[in-house]
Amino acid sequence: MSSASTMSPPAAGGFGEASFETFLKDRDEPAWLVRRRKDAFATFQATPWPKSSDEEWRRTDIRAFKLGAFAAPLRRQTSAADQTILAPLYDGMSAHYATGIAHLNASVARSADSSKLGGALFVDLATAVKEHPELVERYLLTQAVTPDADALSALHAAFWTGGTLLYVPKGVKVEAPLFSLIGLGGAGNVDMDHTLIVLEDGAEATLVRESTSLGRPDTPALHAGAVEIVLGRGAKLQFVNIQNWDQQTWHFSRERALVGRDAQLQWTVGGLGSRLSKVNQEVVLNGEGASAQVNGVLFTGGRQHLAYFTRQDHAAPHTTSDLLYKGGLKDHSRLVWRGMIRVEKDAQRTDAYQKDDNLVLSDSARADSIPGLEIEANDVRCTHGATAGRVDEDMIFYARSRGVAREEAIRLIVEGFFANVYDRITLEPVRETLRQAVAAKLEQRAETARNPS
Amino acid sequence: MSSKVLKIDNLHVAIAGKEILKGVNLTIRQGEVHALMGPNGSGKSTLSYALMGHPNYEVSEGSVTLDGREMLELEPDERAKAGLFLAFQYPTSIPGVTVANFLRHAVTNVRNPERKEGEDLISMRDFRKEMRERMDELGMDPEFARRYLNEGFSGGEKKRAEVLQLSMLQPAFAVLDETDSGLDIDAVRIVAEGVNKVAARVSTGVLVITHYKRILDYIKPGFVHILYGGRIVESGGPELVDLLEKEGYDWVREKYPEAARDEDEMEQHAAAGQLAH
Repeated sequence: MSSASTMSPPAAGGFGEASFETFLKDRDEPAWLVRRRKDAFATFQATPWPKSSDEEWRRTDIRAFKLGAFAAPLRRQTSAADQTILAPLYDGMSAHYATGIAHLNASVARSADSSKLGGALFVDLATAVKEHPELVERYLLTQAVTPDADALSALHAAFWTGGTLLYVPKGVKVEAPLFSLIGLGGAGNVDMDHTLIVLEDGAEATLVRESTSLGRPDTPALHAGAVEIVLGRGAKLQFVNIQNWDQQTWHFSRERALVGRDAQLQWTVGGLGSRLSKVNQEVVLNGEGASAQVNGVLFTGGRQHLAYFTRQDHAAPHTTSDLLYKGGLKDHSRLVWRGMIRVEKDAQRTDAYQKDDNLVLSDSARADSIPGLEIEANDVRCTHGATAGRVDEDMIFYARSRGVAREEAIRLIVEGFFANVYDRITLEPVRETLRQAVAAKLEQRAETARNPS
Repeated sequence: MSSKVLKIDNLHVAIAGKEILKGVNLTIRQGEVHALMGPNGSGKSTLSYALMGHPNYEVSEGSVTLDGREMLELEPDERAKAGLFLAFQYPTSIPGVTVANFLRHAVTNVRNPERKEGEDLISMRDFRKEMRERMDELGMDPEFARRYLNEGFSGGEKKRAEVLQLSMLQPAFAVLDETDSGLDIDAVRIVAEGVNKVAARVSTGVLVITHYKRILDYIKPGFVHILYGGRIVESGGPELVDLLEKEGYDWVREKYPEAARDEDEMEQHAAAGQLAH
């Protein structure tokens, strides 16, 4: 085995053995959880670090990522300064959604208003461990995501800090959308957030999660997180997850949903920020009649590298999945999407669709789309496709002939490019957030174009 | 109101190094309707694209002035702001951009030529009100404004969308490039009536480019020109339309042998180009 192919040495420094002991002492958690963390840490130590020869890491180079330079955050009281940092975004989200939880630098800073939860349990994970241990013990990193997925999942399972639990009991329909805001600001540079969503049979809810950097200095940061979704029979969840870290942040996320019988999931991801992202987003349709719609809005600039690995696992008959990812790229950025539709032998009458479209706005940007199918059943309908193209010059000329200048024409065309994925998102504030984020990134392009340096 | 003049003077235009227009002269005043007729490949569409400033059309000689201002030095969007409009033969679709949103950007820019990108668009209220009036005038369903521009439009819908834009932008001069092509006679009438209403309202000078007489039954030209072999060989009144309708282009061929040679060569070139696609 050649050491050259290993992208980074195994854990050291802040994620080494001594640090882990300190971390456990600081957390002061019940024995079952400590045992879980220890098991995960052992898994982490035993799991090889990603190699550039691994399929999922062939196009995604993390040699510059030094895990040892970071450390798991210890518990702390949030301060008035934290509240000030969070306030604009938290208040903005509060205006659009019913109520929310906010974390800053891996500690909970704002709790949800329990009078606005419509019968749901929506608490930070540390509180959930204290007050609802049976739920956390049953669902946390046991079903949807497991620590052995890869080294970063194991790292997360051992060191998760902060996070939210949304639990909706049987038959409870939560009308108003809830939100979760995850921030890194000031000196904070590590977030290990965990999102756990459990909807019992017939339950309904909407959760909008946004992770973002809030005035951080120009230094490296790390997010190693996970999202777990478990939907019972006939449950309905709309989940939006917008990632908008600054371009110094390494973003690793393992995300998986188990969709039960006749349950419906709509899952929208916005991938806008980070220096480098490696995300695994997976839906498992494991009950008859389950369906999932997956939407992706990705936009990169500068030297950003975002890699998304999606899976649509059909494990039961009569299941439906529909994935549409759209990416825009400028400058020297890169997008990698690898999608897999897997249909088990028993999953007859599956209807699965996946599409990834990219709009490449610069000669130096590059999009890789790799759709894939693994089908073992014989009575299924599976369609996939991928496109990558430049902004059409005929469209630009047409708009210019109507008095719209070139840059503005491009803005319109790019906005239009994302429209068919926006059209699938029923939450207007989410559409608006994504639209504005894309517009802001396009604007940065205009400025660099005007002042080449 | 002073009447503006669009003056095309000795215009030479090439595509990919091949000269198509070989010295076109044409003067149009506001309020006038001119028809430009000619066989396939005579350079009619080349003229319309070159007037609008399409980057693939290279102007090697000549000038185009609107009220004395040289158009050929301007970007396409600046020409639109100066008062020039082209109704495309094949309008481009822009997926995801609604007719209303597109038009709001266009109208804002054309009416505020000094506007910088990012500055406010015209008020949504006023814009909607005006657009609804114009759509009414053209017998268009208000729902149409919410559709994505030219996306999945029928031939007639595309042409109507072009006329709606003409109607909102109120240009000093409009070139209609085969606006009648691919339309049934009812659609031709509706589109033509739309053009007439706009032209009457803002005194637009109109250049109708066409193969066929039928659109000219509705948009009545005062001046008719024959483009042949890359130049205008005949100019006259409406009687020219009837003459072409009856006799075809044979007499033009015989009368202008040099233009006929160029015309033959251009047709061959166009055919070869089509084969290459």
